[in-house]
Amino acid sequence: MRGGGSPVLETPLWWPAVLPVALGGFACGAVAFDSVLSARAGGTSSGRELLTPLRETVRSLVTQRRGTRAADTVLWRVGVAAVPVAALLAALVLPLGKYVVADPDVGIVWFNAAEILGWAAVWAAGWGANSVFSLVGGYRFVAQGLCYELPHMFALIAVATAAGTLRVGEVVEAQRNVWFVAWMPVAFVVYLISAAAMAFRAPFGAPVGTDLAGGAATELSGVDRLLFLAGRWLLFVVALAFSVPLFLGGGQGPLLPPWLWSVVKTAGVVTCVVWLSRRFPTVRVDRFAEFSWTVLLPASLLQVLVVSVMVLIR
Amino acid sequence: MTPEPFLLTASALFATGLYGALSQQSIVMLMMGLELMIAGVVLAAAAFHHLVNPEASEGQVLVLVTVTAMAVEMAVGFAVVTALFRARDVDTSDQAADLRG
Amino acid sequence: MQTVLAWGFGVLAVVCALLVFRLDSMARVTFALLASFLFVAFEVLLLGLNYLGVVLVLMTVMEMVIMAVFMVMYMMNPAGLVPMAMYHNRAGAMAVSVGTFCLLAAGTLLVDWPERVGRPVSDPTAELGAELMSSQMPTMMTLGMVLFAAILATVTLSMPRGRYDRFGGSPRGRPTDPVPGGLGPTTVSPGERR
Repeated sequence: MRGGGSPVLETPLWWPAVLPVALGGFACGAVAFDSVLSARAGGTSSGRELLTPLRETVRSLVTQRRGTRAADTVLWRVGVAAVPVAALLAALVLPLGKYVVADPDVGIVWFNAAEILGWAAVWAAGWGANSVFSLVGGYRFVAQGLCYELPHMFALIAVATAAGTLRVGEVVEAQRNVWFVAWMPVAFVVYLISAAAMAFRAPFGAPVGTDLAGGAATELSGVDRLLFLAGRWLLFVVALAFSVPLFLGGGQGPLLPPWLWSVVKTAGVVTCVVWLSRRFPTVRVDRFAEFSWTVLLPASLLQVLVVSVMVLIR
Repeated sequence: MTPEPFLLTASALFATGLYGALSQQSIVMLMMGLELMIAGVVLAAAAFHHLVNPEASEGQVLVLVTVTAMAVEMAVGFAVVTALFRARDVDTSDQAADLRG
Repeated sequence: MQTVLAWGFGVLAVVCALLVFRLDSMARVTFALLASFLFVAFEVLLLGLNYLGVVLVLMTVMEMVIMAVFMVMYMMNPAGLVPMAMYHNRAGAMAVSVGTFCLLAAGTLLVDWPERVGRPVSDPTAELGAELMSSQMPTMMTLGMVLFAAILATVTLSMPRGRYDRFGGSPRGRPTDPVPGGLGPTTVSPGERR
């Protein structure tokens, strides 16, 4: 934390250009995997599902954009565009191996602030369309975000406490001997659950649920829809990828170069979470809210306590 | 850096917030005015800390206290409006002037 | 460069603040206030207080999203489709606020500000943490108590149904709520409760 850059991370000039491509690749991979699982569950697997991201992108781009009456166009467009922007802002502090766009001394707080931006974005997108279902979807996401933000924050606090810094590079460095996932498994699990909730992915998909005819995304079409849904996958992938430097030792590992280790670990986490999230049903928002307040929050608080005590006696 | 841009911005935010807090009937809008005033205070405190005595970290503590005040003000304010609205179907300050001296 | 940025962010913050009281749509009003706060946060970042600046961003975004919900809930005309004004004593308010601004601005421009003492520390975040955990511990504890009291007060004020509504005589098991989470009508009328 003492001035200057971080000891382990570097920023080559080409990295800011490569990062969005890499994230896009992860997001496409996750979409493809998800649709393969879907097709297999429906018994219609034919291998064509692997092209889903490409097909959906092209379809969105050629679809004509629909409007609604008396829509709040400004907030609508800003909200939709802000979803991928929030994901990319969060990704600024995401290291992949040794490469990172920026490693500020408050990296962890920055990441959380950028994630929260997605919250405002989804509400604005839901509000702007002047449609009941999309507004209800926006409200659902506000409630869900409020419930899952606190456990999320405490999981991040546990990591920052153990590492004694808010700089992501030093968090990775602090895991040289033992990965934090071994220290604080509860925080890791809480982090993954709340990451899925913050990106409103299944089983926390109620804000864009089919019971609301698509929720916050109901009235979106054409390029808006593409931005919103791609932004959602990006948020998901970025949040999960950030668990690698936080809990899984970043690019550390034998034989392979650091960036490849990061890619492997991220792919592993994304695969596991996408697969696991299909095992759980989407439950009503209030049930999930209760689960967060009565299970996740106390668990994460206890985890912070344990970590603090361990830091003291270490 | 000179303090003028920060302090003038802070003054303008404070004055704008004051105008809102005094002129708005709706309690929710009134609270927006209060929030703006507190934002002005936050900015002024941060500017004084950095530009006058950056080694004294009490300045940062003051900013933190003010930010907390902002959060508490909003939470309790909305709770009061909710209670008031439930009890009397009222959300303007004029209709809640029972304690006027 | 920093001075230019400071002026730029400052002007934008004030313009957004003025928009708060000029726009019709309550949703836009909330987001204008959010934009104003974000520019204030950028100014704080410009002053080298990274932690406080980012925390300000984090907090104000959360706050304004919640604010938006309440604005839509309570304002009669949330989308601003039928422009309306709810003011009292505009002239007086304008006079008071312009007067305040002139006074503060005069102070800013005329007072001879003291020379800076000391240099910015290399890590203000750690400095703040150390300060809060040592000599400013009473402040930190007071803040904690205030926040806790605020949580209690907020829940007490905004919960319509009390313990007897939810649990009846014996506070055991799951409460019986018409709407889960303690919402729904009360069995005890507000008049009786008062």
